[in-house]
Amino acid sequence: MDFSEYKDIYVFAEQRDGKIQSVALELIGKARELSKVTGEKVVAILAGCNVASQAGTLIEYGADKVVVIDDKNLETYVTEQYTQAVYQAVTKFKPSILMYGATTIGRDLAPRIAARLGTGLTADCTKLDITEDTHELQMTRPAFGGNLMATIMCPNHRPQMSTVRPGVMPKSEPDKSRKGEVVEFKPTFDQSKFIVKLVKNVKEKKNTVDISEAKILVSGGRGVGCKEGFEKLQGLATVLGGEVSSSRAMVDAGVMPHDRQVGQTGKTVRPSVYFALGISGAIQHLAGMEESDCIIAVNKDKFAPIFSVADLGIVCDLNKVVPALTERLKKEIKK
Amino acid sequence: MKLLVCIKQVPDTTEIKIDPVTKTLVRDGVPAIMNPDDKGGLEFALQLKDKFGAEVTVITMGLPQADLILREAFAMGADKAILLTDRKLGGADTLATSKALAGAARMLDWDLVIAGRQAIDGDTAQVGPEMAEHLGIPQISYVADVQYDDKAKKFTVKKETEDGYQILEFQGKALLTCLASAVKPRYMSVGGIVEAYDKEVEIWGADRIDVPETELGLKGSPTKVFKSFTKELKQPGQIHEVDAEEAVELIVAKLKEKHII
Repeated sequence: MDFSEYKDIYVFAEQRDGKIQSVALELIGKARELSKVTGEKVVAILAGCNVASQAGTLIEYGADKVVVIDDKNLETYVTEQYTQAVYQAVTKFKPSILMYGATTIGRDLAPRIAARLGTGLTADCTKLDITEDTHELQMTRPAFGGNLMATIMCPNHRPQMSTVRPGVMPKSEPDKSRKGEVVEFKPTFDQSKFIVKLVKNVKEKKNTVDISEAKILVSGGRGVGCKEGFEKLQGLATVLGGEVSSSRAMVDAGVMPHDRQVGQTGKTVRPSVYFALGISGAIQHLAGMEESDCIIAVNKDKFAPIFSVADLGIVCDLNKVVPALTERLKKEIKK
Repeated sequence: MKLLVCIKQVPDTTEIKIDPVTKTLVRDGVPAIMNPDDKGGLEFALQLKDKFGAEVTVITMGLPQADLILREAFAMGADKAILLTDRKLGGADTLATSKALAGAARMLDWDLVIAGRQAIDGDTAQVGPEMAEHLGIPQISYVADVQYDDKAKKFTVKKETEDGYQILEFQGKALLTCLASAVKPRYMSVGGIVEAYDKEVEIWGADRIDVPETELGLKGSPTKVFKSFTKELKQPGQIHEVDAEEAVELIVAKLKEKHII
C-alpha cells in the first residue's frame, strides 16, 4: 500500500433531516487541531439529499473543503445507500484519516466501510492524537466497561478510521469569514443491492433534551432515590438554566429515562458545571462526566469515589442541601 | 427457516475492579457470561423458532471454555452449536474476527444471521456489520423487534435510533444485530439444562474455514493496541464535611468563581 497517495483529514459530516449534527462540528474542530501537526487539509464529506446549502456551515466551523454527495437515494440514512456513496468517495479522494461520530448512524456505516476497504476501525474514541514524526493517528478509547483505556493505531492500512463519541471533542468557534472549497461528487449507485427498504422513520418526542448539549447538569444517583427527589433536582436545574441527568442506577430503577443517563452506557457530557448529587461515582459513570469543567459533588459517604474527581466535594445530606441551595440561588439571581 | 446466531463469552464488566496498587484489571473471580446483547439476539431467534419452527445454530469464536455459553444456549433451546477455537485466531481485532466468523458462516446453511449489537468487553459494535459485508448481505443494527411474514417470506424489523425508531423490511438473507434492552431472554429450562451436556458442541479449527491465514488472528488485524492503561483521574479538590448552610455557601462561592452566577 502506497501511503503517499493518502492525505488529508476527513470527517463524515452526519446530518439528519438536512441538519448538521453537533458531533460533525466537534470532529471538524478536532481535525483542525490535528491538521496543525500534519499541515494537511480538513475535509468534510456531506452526504444527503438537498444538503449542499449546509456546506458553508462546515467551512465556518473549520473545514477547508467539503465533498458534497447530494442524491435522492440518500434522503434518509439506510446502510447500503450510504455505504456505496461514502465508499466511492473514499476510494476516489483517498483520505489519510477518516472520522465518524459514534452515533447509531456512524456506528452502522463505519464498520461496513472498513470491511469494504479492508482497513482498521477504532470505535468510540474519546481521545485522538497524532505522532509528530510519522503523522500516525493514535486513537484512545475505553474498554472493559470503562475500566481500562487502550490506545490503538492502524500502522499498515489507510485510511485510518475511527468513530468518536459525541460530546467529547470541543467545537471551534464558527468564523463566518472562513473560505473553503466545495466539490460535488456523484457516485454510481448499484440499486440491485438496495435490499432493505425503509418503511417508516419515526421520531418520538419523548421529551427529548440532549443532555450532552447542556451547560449545567444537575445529576442524581441512588442518593436521590425517587421521582420526588428528582423533582427537587429539576427545581435547582431550572434556577440555573440547566438540565437534570442521572446515573445508571436510577435509569435501571425506572426512575429516569435512558436519554438522561450519563456514563459508559449512557451519554458523555462535558458541561461547565456538573452537580453529582447522591452519585457514588462508579468508574462507568466517571467515564461519562469527568471531562466536565467543574464538578460539584454532594454525598453522605465521604469515601464515595465521586470525590476523587470533584473540584468541590461536600459531605452532607443532599436532601438538605438541594432545597437550601435552590432558594439561595433564586435570591442571588434576582439581585 | 435456518438461523445462525453469533454469541460471545465476555467477562461481566460490571464486576471488574481496578487494583488500586498495581493499577491493573482484577479479573480473578469475575464471572464469564454470555454477552447480554447476544443473548437478546438468541431470544429473538428462539421466538422465530417457536412461531415458525426454525433450526437455531449458535456459533462462538473464543477460548475452549466458551463451551459454557454454548451449553447455556442449548439449555435455552438452540439446536446446534459450533465452537470456533484455534491459536491462529488469537489476538484478532474486529476485522479479523469478522473474517473468521464470516468464513465459518459460509460453511453453513442459513437464512438469517443474528448477532448482538456489541459486546460489553469491547463495546465496538463492529463485528456484526463487518461480517455482513464479508458475506455480501445487508445488515440492520440496533434491532429492537423482528417479525416474519411466512407467506410473503418477508422480515419486518424495528431499529432503534437516538430520536425514535425505523421500520425496515427485507426479503432474503441479512444480518441483524440486536439490543438486549428490547427483549427478555428466557430462562434455561430444567430439561434443557440436563440435555445441554449430552448434546455435541462441534469444535472447529481455522482449517475448517476457507480464509487465508494472513487474514486471521493478530496477523490479519489492521489495528494494533499501542498501549493500554488505567485512567489517570484528575486531582481532586477539597472535601468538606459541613452542614447544609455551609455547603450552600461553598457551592455559591464556586459558582461565582466559575462566573455561572
